[in-house]
Amino acid sequence: MPSLIDLRRRVRSIRNTQQITKAMKMVSAARLRRAQDRVINSRPYSRMFASILANVAAAVANDEVAAAHPLLAVREEKRIQLILVTADRGLAGAYNSNLIRAAEQFAADHASQQVEFELVGRKGRDYFGRRNTKISGELVGVSQTASLTEAQALVGKLMQRFTDTEIDSVYILYNEFKSVLTQRVTLKQILPLSVASGDGQAARDYIYEQPPAQLLGSLLPRYVLLQVLEAFLENTAAEHAARMTAMDAATSNASDVMNKLTLYINRVRQASITREIIEVVSGAAAQG
Amino acid sequence: MAGTILLEVATPERLMLKEAVIEVEVPGADGELGILPEHAPLLSELGAGLLRYTVQGQNPRCVCVSGGWVEVGPDSVRVLASTAELADAIDVKRAQDALQRANQRLVNPTGDVDIARALNSLKRAQARIEASKFLTGK
Repeated sequence: MPSLIDLRRRVRSIRNTQQITKAMKMVSAARLRRAQDRVINSRPYSRMFASILANVAAAVANDEVAAAHPLLAVREEKRIQLILVTADRGLAGAYNSNLIRAAEQFAADHASQQVEFELVGRKGRDYFGRRNTKISGELVGVSQTASLTEAQALVGKLMQRFTDTEIDSVYILYNEFKSVLTQRVTLKQILPLSVASGDGQAARDYIYEQPPAQLLGSLLPRYVLLQVLEAFLENTAAEHAARMTAMDAATSNASDVMNKLTLYINRVRQASITREIIEVVSGAAAQG
Repeated sequence: MAGTILLEVATPERLMLKEAVIEVEVPGADGELGILPEHAPLLSELGAGLLRYTVQGQNPRCVCVSGGWVEVGPDSVRVLASTAELADAIDVKRAQDALQRANQRLVNPTGDVDIARALNSLKRAQARIEASKFLTGK
């Protein structure tokens, strides 16, 4: 049986841990709100962009020049690029390990092709950096900022490689922010682009200042960028949400353990008091 | 609603402006576009420059935009800009510095100067300076 002093020490240590997890939870909650705002703020642009793109795509639907745009080129998938977006920090529950597992699954599914990893975020880099995976590049420290310029640099490189036919397709794997309690691992194909041209709803008859094919040419790279940026933003929001949930669970776990231990301590204390009384009483009885 | 256009200016970061206006002047890539209500639908690339707009009964205001697209509907103008700044948020000093740098690069290009990029930043800087003048002039 552990001594009373040891037990008290344990309770104290658990209380310290609980204070830390509580603080982390609050920090994550604040960051989550900021990340969510950014996701929401970026939506009007994406929405308007999608409507313009659909219209332009519909206008050039029968245009061979436009269809031959290098970002639309569908080739046989021999070399696949996977962008894996993870967090830079841990302590976020199963957040990172779910992503990493999905990435491994993806690599296993495409074992006959060559899969190259583009690792965004420290956790993914640390994991795959130690293994025998082909890594084309890494980007660390994005999850804090998830800014446009960082996405731009990454996307620029990928599009270059794609048009140079170094890679045949690009996928991105990230956690989608469903709600504070759920994140969903999402795999999205980024290149070659598939443009849905105004499904059902008739395209507006625009006056085009520039020929539609040229407009499409300038819209497409931006579309790729937007998708990656969206993944970054969603991922950041999901990360903070996951950490908040994990830390909340940790805090209440600590409470549970502390309650149990306190109960046990009291029992031990009482048992020793009872024993002492018995000793005194039986000693007195023996004398009498 | 006849008589007004809903002007929306969005950047990837946020929705910058959403207002009912009676007139908009947009810097298109191939020249200024003046837009009044009931304009025919139009799509254009956006250049770098000043976007001027007028709200009924108020002085015209302006936003400095660059890079993107503009979509004109019968009663809406949607501007998708890579960057957009309200005139009073512009750092004039920085714009002037940028203008000077770009000028220098164009006048005596050294080695691997990207002419298109320099021209672009020149235009952006000019637009910014113009925007700040617009603000102080009023």
